[in-house]
Amino acid sequence: MDIYAQNIIDHYHAPHNCGRLTEPKLSSSQVNISCGDKIVVDVKIEADKIKELKFEANGCAISVASMSLLSDYLLNKNKAEVLALKYQNILDILGVPVAERRYKCVLLGLLAVQNIILKAENQTERTWDDLM
Amino acid sequence: MSINKKFPILHTKINGHDLVYFDNAATTQKPQVMIDALVEFYQKYNANVHRSLNPLADTATQKYEETRLVVADFLSAKKQEIIFTRNTTESINLVAKTFGRGFLKAGDVVLLSIAEHHSNIVPWLQLKEEIGIKLEYISLDKNGYLDFEAAKKILDNKKVKFLSIQAASNVFGSIHDYREILKLAKAKNIFTLLDVAQIAGHESINVQELACDFLVFSAHKVFGPTGVGVLYGRKDLLQMMPAFLGGGEMIDRVLKDNFTSAELPHKFEAGTPNIADVIAFKSSLDFIKNLTWDYIQKIEQELTDYLWQEMLKLDFIDIYGQNISGRHLPIISFNLKNAHAHDVAEILGEQAIIVRAGQHCTQILHESLGVPATVRVSLTIYNTKKEIDILIKNLKLIYNKFKV
Ligand SMILES: Cc1ncc(COP(=O)(O)O)c(C=O)c1O
Repeated sequence: MDIYAQNIIDHYHAPHNCGRLTEPKLSSSQVNISCGDKIVVDVKIEADKIKELKFEANGCAISVASMSLLSDYLLNKNKAEVLALKYQNILDILGVPVAERRYKCVLLGLLAVQNIILKAENQTERTWDDLM
Repeated sequence: MSINKKFPILHTKINGHDLVYFDNAATTQKPQVMIDALVEFYQKYNANVHRSLNPLADTATQKYEETRLVVADFLSAKKQEIIFTRNTTESINLVAKTFGRGFLKAGDVVLLSIAEHHSNIVPWLQLKEEIGIKLEYISLDKNGYLDFEAAKKILDNKKVKFLSIQAASNVFGSIHDYREILKLAKAKNIFTLLDVAQIAGHESINVQELACDFLVFSAHKVFGPTGVGVLYGRKDLLQMMPAFLGGGEMIDRVLKDNFTSAELPHKFEAGTPNIADVIAFKSSLDFIKNLTWDYIQKIEQELTDYLWQEMLKLDFIDIYGQNISGRHLPIISFNLKNAHAHDVAEILGEQAIIVRAGQHCTQILHESLGVPATVRVSLTIYNTKKEIDILIKNLKLIYNKFKV
């Protein structure tokens, strides 16, 4: 199966929840230095749940589509649910067989979102390996 | 016999497609003669070198030193001036951490270029942190070549003590005016290091003519094994420099309170060296010698010009740099206007076309290009025009796939 399914390319060209939120918000940016991928994510959390999420990304189709699909999935999820997500969950959401060498592309958005939550709670932020 | 018959890996298939190996600037494939030499070492005369007095060790030592002679000949240097390291990176680190630490001081300027590979930037940044040297960078002209006038201006106006530059760019493929820049530096008694990692497999190098003080490259980019780097250093400088790593092989006398270093070149080769790969590397250099530079350059010139000609016909890509004919390696870096470099490399890879996407260990250069990543295609003698046609066809397919 083609990892560049039409669905992935559509999300790449027109990502959902693209842009920035107004204050008050929590933000995080994440870079994948080896690829030069960059992402900035803003969220609003109310009553333990993600109420709004927007992001701006400069990256490959896999990283942008991952974040786009993830952004729809995350709305109304509570913090514990978000923090429980791992690499395999994102692959399931993507629905295409991405090779493991692209793991950073797949995880860029999730890492940013989880670290927003962890930072706000003064907990240790995660790294790529923590999500594998 | 066509040249690619001599490289067994070129006959493998990936996903049912013939391998098209276009990542030669990262590492070249290996000829059968080199693979044979490597196997032969382990099967027939594996022993440690320079240590025991026995016939096996004699053969191993003799073969190991034979490669040193061949490398010396390859560069027109003397045998004692050739140090084996692990790679280009280690060679540059050796110079920065011995010569640099010993003979440079706070405020001295080390002149690099913005196109340098991280291996020719980070060791100097480390030295900056350690002793407070200053770094200056030569800019590039609009075609991706080191800007000679910019280099001259810095050399004329700043307290430059050391110049460390590449001969050719691993991103653009531009072969710089390195001879002229070295000459300028020499006239001002500035110490010089030339990184020939990218050109060592493409044109002949003569350290006497270049009159550089240090010169570095990696065996794995010139049809040799991984794990072998070369450092050429001027003999009088190598003699003055403190040793690098300490241990066996590099010492003369060891006492409880001090030691004396071994003579050149062993002074800089601490511990058991990479004997097998050094020995095998001789066959790679013999292989080049048998092909002759004339032959290599003729093929590469044709490939370079054809590659650029065909790529320039594509209106949906941005190409970085320019092919100034006769001053260019068979390399091109580019981006599709509608797809990210990683996606391009991934899809080409599915078709068994091996290219590199990313920053190619040149973050400073990519910053100046204003792009997060590029796709790089790099060819060598065993590539063909037919393979270039396959690449072009696939780039068109990718462009169409990503079209909105
Ligand atoms: C110009 C240049 N310098 C240095 C290096 C580093 O070589 P190595 O990784 O073998 O140390 C490379 C390899 O990519 C290069 O292209």
